[in-house]
Amino acid sequence: MISAQLPALQVVVPLLAAPLCLVLHRPFAAWLLTFVVSGISLLVSVALLGQILEQGVIDYTFGGWAAPFGIAYHIDFANAYVLLIVTAISTVVSIFARRSVASEIEAHSQGLFYTAWLLCLTGLLGITITGDAFNLFVFLEISSLSSYVLIAMGNDRKALTAAYQYLIMGTIGATFILIGIGLLYMLTGTLNMLDMAQRLIAVADSRTARTGFAFLTVGLGLKIALFPLHLWLPNAYAYAPSAVSAFLAATATKVAVYVLLRFMFSVFGIDFALGAMPLSTMLVVLGSVAVLSASTVAIFQHNLKRMLAYSSIAQIGYLVLGVSLATPAGLTATLLHLFNHALMKGALFLALGCIAWRLGSVRLGDLGGLGYRMPWTMGVFVIGGLSLIGLPLTAGFISKWYLVLAAVERGWWPVVLVIIAGSLLAVIYVWRVIETAYLGKTKEAVSGTEAPLSMLVPAWLLAIANLYFGMHTELSAGIASQAAMVLFGGQP
Amino acid sequence: MRDNPVLRIVAKIIIPVILLFALYVQFHGDFGPGGGFQAGVIFAAGFILYGLVFGTEALRNAIPPGLLRFAIALGLVLYAGVGATTMLLGSDYLAYGALAHDLIGGQHLGIFLVELGVGVTVSAVIVTIFLAFAGRNDP
Repeated sequence: MISAQLPALQVVVPLLAAPLCLVLHRPFAAWLLTFVVSGISLLVSVALLGQILEQGVIDYTFGGWAAPFGIAYHIDFANAYVLLIVTAISTVVSIFARRSVASEIEAHSQGLFYTAWLLCLTGLLGITITGDAFNLFVFLEISSLSSYVLIAMGNDRKALTAAYQYLIMGTIGATFILIGIGLLYMLTGTLNMLDMAQRLIAVADSRTARTGFAFLTVGLGLKIALFPLHLWLPNAYAYAPSAVSAFLAATATKVAVYVLLRFMFSVFGIDFALGAMPLSTMLVVLGSVAVLSASTVAIFQHNLKRMLAYSSIAQIGYLVLGVSLATPAGLTATLLHLFNHALMKGALFLALGCIAWRLGSVRLGDLGGLGYRMPWTMGVFVIGGLSLIGLPLTAGFISKWYLVLAAVERGWWPVVLVIIAGSLLAVIYVWRVIETAYLGKTKEAVSGTEAPLSMLVPAWLLAIANLYFGMHTELSAGIASQAAMVLFGGQP
Repeated sequence: MRDNPVLRIVAKIIIPVILLFALYVQFHGDFGPGGGFQAGVIFAAGFILYGLVFGTEALRNAIPPGLLRFAIALGLVLYAGVGATTMLLGSDYLAYGALAHDLIGGQHLGIFLVELGVGVTVSAVIVTIFLAFAGRNDP
């Protein structure tokens, strides 16, 4: 029965496709395989979500070894939701990737590029789907190593230093995570997350548990680029190939946030994570500082990819603020913003990819009059930008609305102010781009106007998704609130 | 080092032994210490010794980069393919029992193939890394 094997297929299909891609080596064949495999993964994740809606959680054991001993996959609303985000973004961005990558990466490296893409997808899906703490670390390494490669392939030589910086920071983060998992294993004697959660209840009040939790939180803080551990992110996103910036910005940090939530809520339990430990206070401070400082820095960036990267750090701040509220409403807002931010950042980075394809530059100064030369591309940017600001009828409004409501519910008025201030700062940095593109002077007559259709269609898909999910919230908010309930239930 | 007859002759004698020992570690992994990773590294060490003594150009002639890339992919396909086969046979991923009529025989065959996959990929990756570093100053 194929339906019973879906959890394994979710990871195995891209994993098997990666070596095939390496052998194929021809740019077009490698791209086609990547696109088809992303599409299959998307179908699998939709089918998994359907199964969960029908029958609740899914458990899958590998090699016929029963759950606490062998590696087990455990899928509930929370990770099915993240799987859907990752596969959907990979599919849409891979359509875009063909022309964009062809213009930015040499032909003989493109096969390797798509191989790394598939491995990164494998890693991200594996992290999300697994119910085993060490398995999670292995997939984390697969996705991290392949994303260093993807970033290093950017055509600017600074991409190499950016990737190296990310390599160092990412490795430190991964080491912290490994030490954290090791301490938990020492304490509980198990690596299965559900089993670990049950055994931790008795021994939670020990120095080992607290230290393990601290290591995990700091390690994951590095991976999600939580202020002040965000320094690797701006360069990594700015100098990576356009398609990679869109793919990683919309998926990689999201998956890391999911892992943080999984450990906080499902393994340690909310009472320990946000009650016994002072994490809530830390997250609210760091989240607020991230929103305000990163948004302010974004205003002064001339490289637009860098500007969006700083904006991503600010968005991580919103995600963390939602968690720090420690209420189901706050967590729903975080999960919803996970989805909506993937849509808006995906759309914005794809729009920048179109601009980079045409102009070979994404500097603000080169954008004069672009709104008339590339109306469709700039249309995507405007919709994505409005969503980033959080204007009503866009997806960004929905997540900010939920977040503000959750903060009001707790009576945390300063947090409400931070969210509104962050939105106002977003107005400034998005407006700078729109002003230059529509009111600025065209530099010189340049032949050719729009980006090719194969790049515009995926960009518009995401832009329309921003509008659709801004008006129809049943799907996104519905699943997000169910996922939040699952996480709050402790053991899902 | 190409001009040193002692090195050349010793290398020529010792390389086959290294490769043979690697195969021993590979196939004896079921019963004693050893396995795919160790065997892969030892196997690669034979090639690296060849490269050190006779030069990277000779090593590239012995195993062309295309073949190395193919071997890297082959090992992973072998590993993941065993899992896919058990799935096709109606069992869970990597449940080796489905590969033969009895559980023990299936597990034996499964581990054998999976470790072989690990060995192939590891040795090819190690040689590739060596060539990448050793060839940095080549024109």
